[in-house]
Amino acid sequence: MRREHRMNVIPKGTWVEIERVLLRPEDRAPNLPEETRSCPYVLRISGFLQEDGEMGAEVTVTSLIGHAHRGVLKVVNPSYTHSFGATVPELLHIGGRP
Amino acid sequence: MKDMSYQAVMGRRNEIMKASLGIDFSDYIQSPIAFDYERMMRETGYGLEDIVRIQAETKVGNTPLFELTRLTEAVREFAGPGKGARILVKDEAANAGGSFKARRAAISAFEAKKRGYAGLVAATSGNYGAAVASQAAMRCLKCIIVQEVFDSRGVGQPEILEKSRACEAYGAEVQRLSVGPELFFQLLLTLETTGFFNASLYTPFGIKGVETLGVEVAEQVRARYGKDPDAVVITHAGGGNLTGTARGLLSAGCDNTRIVACSVDLGGLHMASDTDFNRKSFTTGHTGFGVPFATWPDRVDVPRNAARSLRYMDEYQLVTQGEVFYVTELLAKLEGLERGPAGNTSLTAAVTLARNLDRDQIVVVQETEYTGAGKHHNRQLSFARENGIEVRVGDPRENVPGKAIVIPERLDQVRGSVQDMDKLRLSYLRNAAKALPVAQWSDADRAFLAADIKKDLDWVASAAAHI
Repeated sequence: MRREHRMNVIPKGTWVEIERVLLRPEDRAPNLPEETRSCPYVLRISGFLQEDGEMGAEVTVTSLIGHAHRGVLKVVNPSYTHSFGATVPELLHIGGRP
Repeated sequence: MKDMSYQAVMGRRNEIMKASLGIDFSDYIQSPIAFDYERMMRETGYGLEDIVRIQAETKVGNTPLFELTRLTEAVREFAGPGKGARILVKDEAANAGGSFKARRAAISAFEAKKRGYAGLVAATSGNYGAAVASQAAMRCLKCIIVQEVFDSRGVGQPEILEKSRACEAYGAEVQRLSVGPELFFQLLLTLETTGFFNASLYTPFGIKGVETLGVEVAEQVRARYGKDPDAVVITHAGGGNLTGTARGLLSAGCDNTRIVACSVDLGGLHMASDTDFNRKSFTTGHTGFGVPFATWPDRVDVPRNAARSLRYMDEYQLVTQGEVFYVTELLAKLEGLERGPAGNTSLTAAVTLARNLDRDQIVVVQETEYTGAGKHHNRQLSFARENGIEVRVGDPRENVPGKAIVIPERLDQVRGSVQDMDKLRLSYLRNAAKALPVAQWSDADRAFLAADIKKDLDWVASAAAHI
């Protein structure tokens, strides 16, 4: 049991992403469209874990410039996976030299 | 302990701005409308030569100007007899950070360093973030970029995800936020808690930095063609690109060069809407910024905006998303230049201008931007498709923002459309009347308004009579 628990621990110093609600729906700016006002205003930020932590727990991270931020641990080793996307055939006729 | 609620932080905006910029705007403000714009610009303390030197220190400026001979030939194939002006492009992707925004960031970073700030903060989802982060790296300053990135599903706009990556690549802390205008609240909070410099896009520093771009265009065109450019096309969003470039051209003596603004038409989409957010295939250079900023520049993160586009604008073109993607693909295929779609907004308008101008005339597109994963027209189109937007080949006039992106079949279908400038000017005056009722306008206010919309006092008087 204890050993299993240890396996879920993310070690101090790991590069992670946290999330924090900055404004609850009722605290948001006036004059927002309904679909925006009904959602919390959320921050995501990456940094190094200051202490051992678990997914879903509130933790503190140190950002790339050394600033501390608190939030809920969401992602371990956050990565950029954006791409060029699936080929859009509608572009391929443009400027062709058949 | 300070109150950190939305209302309390917004209520402290003036004091936070003053501390984070070191500019006391009350020195220049004369009324709710008028302020001493030229004195504010002068008192930055930077002359053109200073700016050239500062930018050269951090790999900015002196970018190549290319003649797009094959694109020009392609336009001449369908332009009328004797028509089809030369199209030139200023390859601003060559700046450190990959866009013309480096010109703006360079001066803010220099100023922040000189005045002893430990770091810079900027609120931007666009190229400006990468520019500030890149300049901060070279000046050994800390950098925080605050970005609007993802909707309530957690889905990020691909172009902005790429910008997050670039900012982190240059060593910045990136605060990624969900959809909403409270970006400004988070900016204020960050400025207050860090004591960093506000690298706003709209300070005199941010605009002075772009003036070198206008000067370079004038000098390069004159050196090669022995004349001034007939038109310079400028992608328009917040107004800084247009204002700075136009001021540079004027300071170089290009008094007869036509200043043409261009934005992507996103009419019908709400800029603060969580659901519309990922139905936009452009994150800047569009009408969602271009029109409101032209018709009331002072809606920004500083008390008075140094970017005042209607003061310099002669014409305002709109283009569709599909037209810009077409021209972006064509630039790669014909000219061997693969560049980001947002920077090609003005190139799209240049095609429509060139077809109507004479062959011996010159149209300059004054920027390009870098391209890459996420920040690429193929990704924007595949993303649009994933978000339920129809993508097809056809007549671009059938394009509907947020619903259908229609990619032209042929270049001659790239027509864009022209906005009514007087309607924009009138809209500006109506906004001014909201700041101060017409009956209370002083001579100074009327003179300021006339200069700010590039019209004379009589025009302002007769327009004001209808408000």
